[in-house]
Amino acid sequence: MRDVAVIGVGCTDFGEHWSTSFRDLFVKAGTLALEDAGVSGEKIDALYVGNMSAGRFVEQEHIGALIADYAGLATNNVPSTRVEAACASGGLAFRQAVIAVASGMEDVVVAAGVEKMTDVGTGASVDMLASAADREWEGFAGATFPGLYAMIANDYMHRYPLTREQLAQVAVKNHENGSKNPIAQFRNRITVDTVLSSSLVADPLRLFDCSPITDGAAAVVVVPLERAHEFTDSPVKVLASAQASDTIALHDRRDISTLDASVAAGKRAFAQAGLTHKDIDLVEVHDCFTIAEICAIEDLGFCKKGEAGRLTEEGATALNGELPVNTSGGLKACGHPVGATGIKQICEVVTQLRGEAAGRQVDAEIGMTHNVGGTGATVVVHILGA
Amino acid sequence: MSVSRFWRKIPQRYNLIGTQCTTCGRHFYPPRSLCPDCRRSGKIVDHKFTGEGTVVTYTVIRSASDQFENTTPYVLAIVELDEGPRLTAQVACLPEEAKIGMRVKSVFRRVTADGESGTIHYGTKFVPVE
Ligand SMILES: [Zn+2]
Repeated sequence: MRDVAVIGVGCTDFGEHWSTSFRDLFVKAGTLALEDAGVSGEKIDALYVGNMSAGRFVEQEHIGALIADYAGLATNNVPSTRVEAACASGGLAFRQAVIAVASGMEDVVVAAGVEKMTDVGTGASVDMLASAADREWEGFAGATFPGLYAMIANDYMHRYPLTREQLAQVAVKNHENGSKNPIAQFRNRITVDTVLSSSLVADPLRLFDCSPITDGAAAVVVVPLERAHEFTDSPVKVLASAQASDTIALHDRRDISTLDASVAAGKRAFAQAGLTHKDIDLVEVHDCFTIAEICAIEDLGFCKKGEAGRLTEEGATALNGELPVNTSGGLKACGHPVGATGIKQICEVVTQLRGEAAGRQVDAEIGMTHNVGGTGATVVVHILGA
Repeated sequence: MSVSRFWRKIPQRYNLIGTQCTTCGRHFYPPRSLCPDCRRSGKIVDHKFTGEGTVVTYTVIRSASDQFENTTPYVLAIVELDEGPRLTAQVACLPEEAKIGMRVKSVFRRVTADGESGTIHYGTKFVPVE
């Protein structure tokens, strides 16, 4: 297998794009990534597009072809494939691109993610997101996506010493980071009080424990490492690409508040890269809810089960902490256009490793991304190195 | 949920009928037609559960999808049946009554009505055991 490098990244603003269509969101991110990589359209060998639910959010399927067309690549007959794994669609699209390049099958590949979520009402989007879980046996009973994570939170807080305040600190920290990210949906700082006085969504999770409904797109360009210097002086190497599955329904998990797929994907990634936790300088984790970030830090092995709340409270995961977590603002503050999130995580780590993260820059040579589909039925982990 | 998708599972939903792998003895609810432990060497038969169990974890849903909007707040739980399998279901009790470890038993109740077709979906809920 060949080594793979990221040579360009691009991201739209994350937020409510009332006047921009699904296809135009992608075109914007794709154009930014190609400009960043210095690659022209005719050089592109393939396209992988992460998207969770365009069929329901914008009533459009056949996303691979649509994106290729509006990216101006249909006239070249560039192969384009949609990749779907709920909220892990973006991370998985990146992994497909990496596999394609590593295998030698393709050379210059664009991996993208896009979701347009605000064209439907809140009740409808709650229903669509619930389809990332088991529709027939969880959704049927009235389970919502926040509700499932709330059950993880209650199980966790019943068994480990995590306080409601520590949970709120995750959101406070991610809003602080988001305030320094020009593409973030929320750039306002908040306090623990803001979180604790927001309305209950699913006990114990409140509105400010939840990532928002977001429109956005992100794209990256990957090539074989041996060709990277044709395009850029600062390629970022893909050191590991790992994926794992678990049961679709939360009720079938071995342990309600441990995402075994995170544990497995994390271990595989460390083994592939030949690295340990001490080598990781920053990590973008899937904080669709505050409790998800707590679980992610532990499941990836950065601390023991039950310790992430205390570490968050002590500032260990802040920008200037021992392990900065979600420097982009995470899903919580940066926004969570479900299919785009996994690619945005790659964009953030690449930006950090290239030293281009401005006000939120951390000292980093190796970064990790962690992208979760559903309540942990799919997890994709990548390690990138400058 | 579409009418046909709901109808297919009526016996299981109405009667809490799952399956059992007679090769390893493991029970499944929701029903499975392939044992994840024995895979193709597992022999699967129907199994009716007694309906008694324990709340493993729960939440109170206060913001729901359109279909469940007018029933909020409601208690949603993961219940472990005494035979072993776990399922997600509502517990018909006040939010403040719900707690981890509480004993519950299954009851046959109206779960929701389909907004478009108007079909009323019945199924299993749980109530606290006195
Ligand atoms: Zn078996």
